[in-house]
Amino acid sequence: MNEGLIIAIIIGISIASVPLIFAAIGELLVERSGVLNLGVEGMMIVGALAGFVVEFHTGSSFLAVLAALLAGMAIASIFAFLTQILLTNHVATGLALTLFGLGISAFVGRGYSEENIELISAIHIPLLSDFPIVGPLLFSYNPLVYLAFFMVFLVWWFLFKTKQGLILRAIGDNHDAAHAIGHNVIRYRVLAILFGGAMAGIGGAFLSLVQVPIWGEDMTAGRGWIAIGLVVFSSWQPFKVILGALIFGGITILQLHAQGFDVRISAQYLSMLPYLATIVILVSLRMRDKNKTNRTMPNCLGRIFHSTS
Amino acid sequence: MANRRLTSILKFSLLSSMLAFTGSAFADPVKAAFVYIGPTGDHGWTYAHDQGANMVQDQLGDGVVITRIESVAENSDSERVITSLARKNDIIFTTSFGYMNPTVKVAARYPDVKFEHATGYMRPTDNISTYSARFYEGRHVIGKIAGRMTNSNIIGYIASFPIPEVIRGINAAFLAAKSVNPDIQIKIIWVYTWFDPGKEADAARALIAQGADIIMQHTDSTAPMTVAEDEGVLAFGQASDMTAWGPNAHLTSIIDEWGPYYVARVKAVADGTWTSTDTFDGVEEGMVEFAPFTNMPDEVMWEAQDTILDLDVGAVHPFTGPINRQDGSPWLAEGETPPMFPDIITMDFYVEGIDSKYPN
Repeated sequence: MNEGLIIAIIIGISIASVPLIFAAIGELLVERSGVLNLGVEGMMIVGALAGFVVEFHTGSSFLAVLAALLAGMAIASIFAFLTQILLTNHVATGLALTLFGLGISAFVGRGYSEENIELISAIHIPLLSDFPIVGPLLFSYNPLVYLAFFMVFLVWWFLFKTKQGLILRAIGDNHDAAHAIGHNVIRYRVLAILFGGAMAGIGGAFLSLVQVPIWGEDMTAGRGWIAIGLVVFSSWQPFKVILGALIFGGITILQLHAQGFDVRISAQYLSMLPYLATIVILVSLRMRDKNKTNRTMPNCLGRIFHSTS
Repeated sequence: MANRRLTSILKFSLLSSMLAFTGSAFADPVKAAFVYIGPTGDHGWTYAHDQGANMVQDQLGDGVVITRIESVAENSDSERVITSLARKNDIIFTTSFGYMNPTVKVAARYPDVKFEHATGYMRPTDNISTYSARFYEGRHVIGKIAGRMTNSNIIGYIASFPIPEVIRGINAAFLAAKSVNPDIQIKIIWVYTWFDPGKEADAARALIAQGADIIMQHTDSTAPMTVAEDEGVLAFGQASDMTAWGPNAHLTSIIDEWGPYYVARVKAVADGTWTSTDTFDGVEEGMVEFAPFTNMPDEVMWEAQDTILDLDVGAVHPFTGPINRQDGSPWLAEGETPPMFPDIITMDFYVEGIDSKYPN
């Protein structure tokens, strides 16, 4: 293997991981507040369409990403209204959100599968990007790639270094207690849900703007579900989301490359690997945590909050 | 998705009840249904079938009522969809290999309905026809172009599922490329999906990183073409003209032309002349066509045109001996061509010279 190929593999892994990082870090914050939103797939696909449509009509990548963010928030706000105001079941509402997102994006996006756009170009920093090996590996990505890693840091900082983050975690662990000492449970949760929608929307737009510049119905192809799995994998720790996404993206990309090199392992097995890895990791986490009392899973995850006063 | 499917069924029943009130003065229109594996907007396989359905509508006008159901998974879902269509239609086209068993099962229960299963081979009852196209003739043509156009001598092939249809394409493309370029190598990546633009794009990038400078795809989205354009290599489109997605990358696309067949079959139902048949048409009959040839020198284009003419008059066969199987055992002797069944219909081996391991 030459170094060009290794660089290409690493870049490939980063690109495959970024949509997962965006969607998972958003969902992580949502779940930390005690809300289980299974609508990630639906929010991603709506973001993918919104980003594509705006890029197509305006040619502005900035507006496209902004539109994806707003579209993700818009559809998340439906979830927020239903679960926080009307107190509907989180799981059922989330599933409905996914089906709704897939359906409406297919409907609205009809004509756009005929169109194509320019890929959002990667950054090029003079000198730094031209530096051998380090240049392409560190300084030549699309801006959204850097944003994804920054968002992980931001969520970590918010959750563990700010007062509001502490309150949000408290709400996720015991909403009744948080409510009793005067915190506005619903407001925190609604804002968290909207943030989750924004991140899922950008993650979806990364697919349709950076990974491949087309719009296709169902093009998220289950990545929203993988993102939800990654939140569990990360045991609700922001930085572990990056690890999980890289493992997941890594296996996906490496199995494609392995086939190209005709590694003697059956292709079906390789295709299964990412999912097997998730299950193995989930089980091993569970085994490890079995006897611990301080699990990181938010105690009130998915539970409906009835305000009593 | 389920809700869309429901809507179209509802719309359809509404439509048919309206027709029952107003249409008594006219001959009943033929009710035809199409079941699609992907979205009609894939610009590949399903899009091509949908264009065929459009041709039926255009040519038969009021004589036909068409129902189309998209994105029907090849599992128990498909049996339910086909069953519900069988209650209200005269002829049903199930347009993916994976619908074979459900089509056969439902056909046995609805003897008065005609079933047309694409790319399959099972016709246990006399109300089922099968039809497919000799796409390997198309692969033969693009293989020759690829052999001429590559600089790295590596063709990257994005394959969907290891079914005979896909295997035939790989073998035909490789043999044709090798016939004009003995140093040719083919790298094959199986993505185990018909439509996942992200994964298809990743596979294209992996192939390019490994040295391929020509991308062939047997998946349905335009993603590989856009990646080829972005990375500055060449590519062939699949099932419909994909020039727009790779103005500088596109060489040609194999186009599936189902329309005339669909028109003939629906007309046959209207006339009462429909019988169970097995159709396997190619370049000669016009079922396999090509998008404009672009981004190649004239000599290469002329050679491709000549090959098409030869196929058109039946002067060449993409599988003409001597050809050995991958393990070196003989398949076809000098000048021999294989029988349609079982060799072509059930093809399940690579030919000699392909390095990749055959997927199990």
